[in-house]
Amino acid sequence: MPSFVRHLLLIVAPLIAAFAILPGVYDNHLLLFNFVIFLILAQGVNIIYGFTGYLPFGYVGFFGAGAYGFAIMVMHFQTPAPLAVLVAGVVGVLLGLLLTPLLRLSGAYFAIANLAAALAVLHFVANPALESITKGPYGVALNGTFNPTLAYVGAVIILALTLGIVVFLRNSSFGMALQAVREDAVSAAMAGVNVVKMRVIAWLASALVAGLAGGVFAWYVSVFYPDNVFSNDFSIFAIVFALFGGVATIMGPIVGVLILYGVYNLIGFTTPQYFQLIYGVLIMALVLFLPAGLVSLATRRGWNVP
Amino acid sequence: MSPDAKPILTVNGLVKRFGGFHALDGLSFHVSSGEILGLVGPNGSGKTTAINVISGLYAPDDGTLTYDGASIGGLASHKLVHRGINRTFQIPKPFLSLTVRQNVEVALAYGRVGVAPPKLSDLLEQYHLAEFADRPAADLNSSQQKMLDLVRALATRPRLLLLDELAAGLNPTELDWIAGHIKALAQSGLAIIVVEHLMGFIEQITDRVIVMNAGKEIFEGTLAVAVKVPQVIEVFLGGEHGA
Repeated sequence: MPSFVRHLLLIVAPLIAAFAILPGVYDNHLLLFNFVIFLILAQGVNIIYGFTGYLPFGYVGFFGAGAYGFAIMVMHFQTPAPLAVLVAGVVGVLLGLLLTPLLRLSGAYFAIANLAAALAVLHFVANPALESITKGPYGVALNGTFNPTLAYVGAVIILALTLGIVVFLRNSSFGMALQAVREDAVSAAMAGVNVVKMRVIAWLASALVAGLAGGVFAWYVSVFYPDNVFSNDFSIFAIVFALFGGVATIMGPIVGVLILYGVYNLIGFTTPQYFQLIYGVLIMALVLFLPAGLVSLATRRGWNVP
Repeated sequence: MSPDAKPILTVNGLVKRFGGFHALDGLSFHVSSGEILGLVGPNGSGKTTAINVISGLYAPDDGTLTYDGASIGGLASHKLVHRGINRTFQIPKPFLSLTVRQNVEVALAYGRVGVAPPKLSDLLEQYHLAEFADRPAADLNSSQQKMLDLVRALATRPRLLLLDELAAGLNPTELDWIAGHIKALAQSGLAIIVVEHLMGFIEQITDRVIVMNAGKEIFEGTLAVAVKVPQVIEVFLGGEHGA
């Protein structure tokens, strides 16, 4: 069995099936939805950071832009919600295209510039002068499309798409070439890889899934403010989850989200007063002892983690 | 090699400036298929810059690069690789977190098209990397990493191969062994340019050398003749030895 089929059957299919069934047996649908959103975002970070080495500290920019793309389509064009989610993905890609010059930067400079870009998009959207288009800082209310059940289904489909991209990257010479670019761009060029094109494709794929996630998030919550959908918590969480599990794998970000976001909610429910302490210590321990993520426990023993 | 064979690469009046410094200042030479050309000269004479310009890392500021009848000055590296130019690096640059096998697989997948790729297992076997195939490249020592650089270059099916100090740091047995491999590659039809400080190694493998100083060639011919030319002696050893 080719490895990509095995990965689809043994990782993607069970995960998607689980999230398809869970709403029937577990009542906190918002929590399930948030899990799906963070799985998408963590894998989106994986695509750009894990495979190309660019740390997107302003990743939420695509998410927020997608959410507002959805809102504008629904408010001004009465677009059906599923179509508006697709537009949200397009908006993410367009913002990604606009930001491609950032790829000329590397390391911390890229991370900072990306953070600044996300803030710029936030303040652009939240500008009171654009009230007639975005509703500015006053937030949007999309009562007409409110349908959490369908939005949840949409989110699971986007998750499946995102995982499909990661499975492809993990099993193709394309994904391997991306990792080669991450390791050494000059050597990658000497292996015949078109470095700029590869980076841009990964960047846009990553922007696409975040834009789609933003769109489906807007559909699900239907009432939100710029500060909600551009909250940098999304970037930070997605990055931390991806890193916690281990990037450039399919499993890493999944494990990261399930454990870390699970713990996050567990503490939130049980001992909220110790929340920041426990969470902070957990992340510090990870950075100190497992900088390459949980999957490195296996890879350092020579096991291949899909 | 036949001396009157049509050159695969002709370098004419190549200039590369870094700020006010002329790293290459009108360099001209040529190399033909099946030939091993040595590029020698003191440190800072522009040998590595020449390799970097030919392999597309830097665009030339002036002069022409003609490869296989077409001008290639300023083309991006990956396009040159697709046309059959490749190189190794003075300090090897493998993809450290990828396995040795994956390092080569990337080059096999993205190298020159239209040519049957060499067999990965044969390449690894020939350059003594087979036993490390599934280990990360970071585990290799520096001479093994140099071999990996070379194998990666070969995996792209080059017609012109630029070797930047491949021999530095190898022990005498390894030197003999790699010299045999380089000669065999030339016999199979590759044009090879070797930048090297080890004169014994240069003498052993090259058909012809270009001696460079201050960004241009000051001698062209065999190494045996070069060492008798006063100007060459002067740039290597200083003025008082030249007389």
